[in-house]
Amino acid sequence: MSTATAITADSIGARRAGFDAQWLIIAVCVALTLYLAVVPLGFLLWQSFFTPQSAAKAARFTFDNYREAYGSEETWTLFLNSLQFATGAALIAFVIGTALAWMNERTNTPFKGLFFALSVIPLIIPGILFTVAWILLGSPKIGLVNLALQKLFDTDAVFVNVYSLAGMIWVDGLHYSPVAFLLMTAAFRAMDPALEESAVMSGASVPQVAARVTLPLVWPAIFATILILFVRAIESFEVPALLGLPVGIQVFTSAIYQAVHRYPSQIGLASALATTLLLITSVGVYFQSRLSSRGSKYATMTGKGFRPRTIDLGRWRYLTTAIFLAYFLAIVVLPFAVLLWSSLQKFYSVPSMEALSRLTLDPYRTILSYPNLTRSVWNSLLLALGSATIIMLVTSVICWIVVKTRLPGRWLLDNIASLPMVFPGLVLGLAIMILYLYLPIGVYGTIWIMLIAYVTRFMPYGLRYNTTSMLQIHKELEESAAMSGASWATTFRRIILPLLKPGLLAGWIYVVIVSIRELSSSILLYSPGTEVVSILIWELWENGQYVELSALGVMLILALFVLVLAAQWLGRKFGIREA
Amino acid sequence: MLSVTGLCTDYVGEHGQVVRAARDVTFEVPAGRLFTLLGPSGCGKTTTLRSVAGLERPSAGEIRVGNEVMFSKGVFVPPNRRGLGMVFQSYAIWPHMTVFENAAFPLRVSKRFSKEKVMRVLRTVALDDFADREATKLSGGQQQRLALARALVMEPRLLLLDEPLSNLDAKLRERMRFELKRLQRELGITTVYVTHDQSEALALSHSIAVMNAGRIEQIGSPRDIYERPRNQFVADFVGSTNFLEARVLGRDGDFYKVSSQIGGMKVLATDALATDEIVTVSVRPEDIELTEVRKDGENTWEGTVYQKVFLGESVDFVVAIGDHHLQCKAHPSLRTRVEEAIYMRMDPEKCVALRKN
Repeated sequence: MSTATAITADSIGARRAGFDAQWLIIAVCVALTLYLAVVPLGFLLWQSFFTPQSAAKAARFTFDNYREAYGSEETWTLFLNSLQFATGAALIAFVIGTALAWMNERTNTPFKGLFFALSVIPLIIPGILFTVAWILLGSPKIGLVNLALQKLFDTDAVFVNVYSLAGMIWVDGLHYSPVAFLLMTAAFRAMDPALEESAVMSGASVPQVAARVTLPLVWPAIFATILILFVRAIESFEVPALLGLPVGIQVFTSAIYQAVHRYPSQIGLASALATTLLLITSVGVYFQSRLSSRGSKYATMTGKGFRPRTIDLGRWRYLTTAIFLAYFLAIVVLPFAVLLWSSLQKFYSVPSMEALSRLTLDPYRTILSYPNLTRSVWNSLLLALGSATIIMLVTSVICWIVVKTRLPGRWLLDNIASLPMVFPGLVLGLAIMILYLYLPIGVYGTIWIMLIAYVTRFMPYGLRYNTTSMLQIHKELEESAAMSGASWATTFRRIILPLLKPGLLAGWIYVVIVSIRELSSSILLYSPGTEVVSILIWELWENGQYVELSALGVMLILALFVLVLAAQWLGRKFGIREA
Repeated sequence: MLSVTGLCTDYVGEHGQVVRAARDVTFEVPAGRLFTLLGPSGCGKTTTLRSVAGLERPSAGEIRVGNEVMFSKGVFVPPNRRGLGMVFQSYAIWPHMTVFENAAFPLRVSKRFSKEKVMRVLRTVALDDFADREATKLSGGQQQRLALARALVMEPRLLLLDEPLSNLDAKLRERMRFELKRLQRELGITTVYVTHDQSEALALSHSIAVMNAGRIEQIGSPRDIYERPRNQFVADFVGSTNFLEARVLGRDGDFYKVSSQIGGMKVLATDALATDEIVTVSVRPEDIELTEVRKDGENTWEGTVYQKVFLGESVDFVVAIGDHHLQCKAHPSLRTRVEEAIYMRMDPEKCVALRKN
């Protein structure tokens, strides 16, 4: 990576005829990006080959970490579990999402307006709350689904059990099915119906059209979608930790977490596991980006002007409506309702007439006077606002360099700034933890280390929002400012940033939202005093304070809902589409 | 006022290849004159203009404005310190500012803001009534005038115009052409104008440089360029023309006798020609006189009408002489039918012999 730095620095140096603030700002932003994206990765790799350093013993080179990680039977199980879990969750999400996308785009199923409300669910309901809600619904002992079915059939049999691989796959797949819905909707929309119609006119039957035209055309989109879902599922931490660990089903993320939290903690082992996980996600992201760039070749597909003919389902549309309503129940209504119910109880109890008479706001009172609450909320806000602001400003400069200049090596800069995309949250947390354990600059154990983690983790999102906006700014708008006598800094401040505003704002809110929900990096980096809201929820869960957790969860969901509404309103106002 | 000497500008294209956009470009623009760079797209005219502006960094040559060196070996004045006014092809009106703020921007960044100055320049382009309007609410022609106002507000020594009329519809373009000419002549501001539209160049300029493949092919007054093209490219690009291959027979006073594809003719040449030299004769369609009665004398031929197109203000004929076809433009009163005989005459003054490169 040092050559990359040299190339960029050289070309900047070469153009240094008239020095001004320009190069300073650019250099700081580039250096920051390189540092944030590359250095932790280096330390993670390094650590995976060394024994832990301690006061008594210096670190020395070893393959033991990998030997321990791969030398045992357990690793095979771990690998198999991860693969089964990620594949299963990806397929569940894909099947649900594709069915819904097809229903929405190509049929006359009612309630179409509700479909798009779905797309924001994963943003509004954080993974940990969704998982907790489904524990309350599907656990063998207290799960409402079980209780209801047991009552119905008058039996003691356990119908569903979320504490199983199948349960994990179900909860995770369900939670991310809206992502599949969005991606597949885009794919359906992108396809010009004339392509199918001309096949029909050529005499092809419906199955022939599907097999020879439709499928080959959407195949890249299908494969890319499954890859995205797979990578996302294998990175998932909340579901495996809450559902898998209690019954001993380990996947990579939960194994890394346990290796760090064991006493004494085995950071070397965690690093070796993290390296493997990183390898898997990198391969996934690489193929996915290859596919999407190749997908543009299949872009027959400008998405303009045509609205595909919808199929009249006739009476079958009652079935599709029922499927949709059941889905809506499973993903929104039930999880939120069960959290709301539990947040109004003194102690958690299943709904009944008797419990109904004991409704109380006590959990809200308790949680609002909870000693850590104010500090956690404050920390969360500080981190969310801070990281969003830093990310949007730094990536606006990075993206200016990438989009607007002809500096050699700018594509490399683009890729490096997008590199954190392949880091699972937990792996990034681990890498940053290792880095600042060794780097004695007083960051470890403070809120700064979390700020660094958030900025690194969400930098690619900021970059993407900014790039979308930056591409729309005509080069001449800047050049005319230069011709008017404005310096680079003035042009950036008075022309670029104002014109970038839609993307900046939308990206900023998005980063605020994802920062507030962030758990998997924070869980390795927080220490007493730097807890954030999601950590507080985690702790409440570990303490068994379910009703307080539910109260906090309900308030958090409402707050995120307001934020998402604000983001969508802004998006409509400025005509920005979600990235 | 502006002098450009031996200018070479390269840039790195999309696929990393080096594109040599301007090669050894040299020209001089006296104060108060409107100088046009004319050529097809990709000929290097915009690159040349952008090098003068400082938006491209030339690889060699020298650019001076007045006595000041803007670019030379080891010298590069950045665009924001050159103090030149420029109107861009897209107008580059900032959508987040009002009309007034757009025009005031150059004064604000140089800390010389004065409300009167801004209003005065807006009045010059007849936009003073729109000062508080959102810039995006302006029509195409108004945006173009605002871009001009913004370029003029600093009272620059040199005004650079990059295809300023190309985004307007035909009617408006014609009106703005007169408007631009009037403004330039009134303000007496030295101007470099880039266009690919030959009629625009002929209508506006004091002098024109025709560019092709990064080089200047010819510099001259509009009349020179049109009537005395130096080579085939210029003759072909500026206006339409007929080319005839010919061999020089000898000198005849101010003219030359040549033997061309359609027979012997008398032609004019800007360069001295040698006997037996192979040249190309260029004759413009409107310089071929068509009649239904036989004419005598030099440069007369008999042909048949091969094709004709009625255009309203004129009729375009294609006349066949042997198996050679010539484009001619005639008054619509000429009603000769296809396949009928027709007679043509060409003024030797208007038949220009061009040397092979």
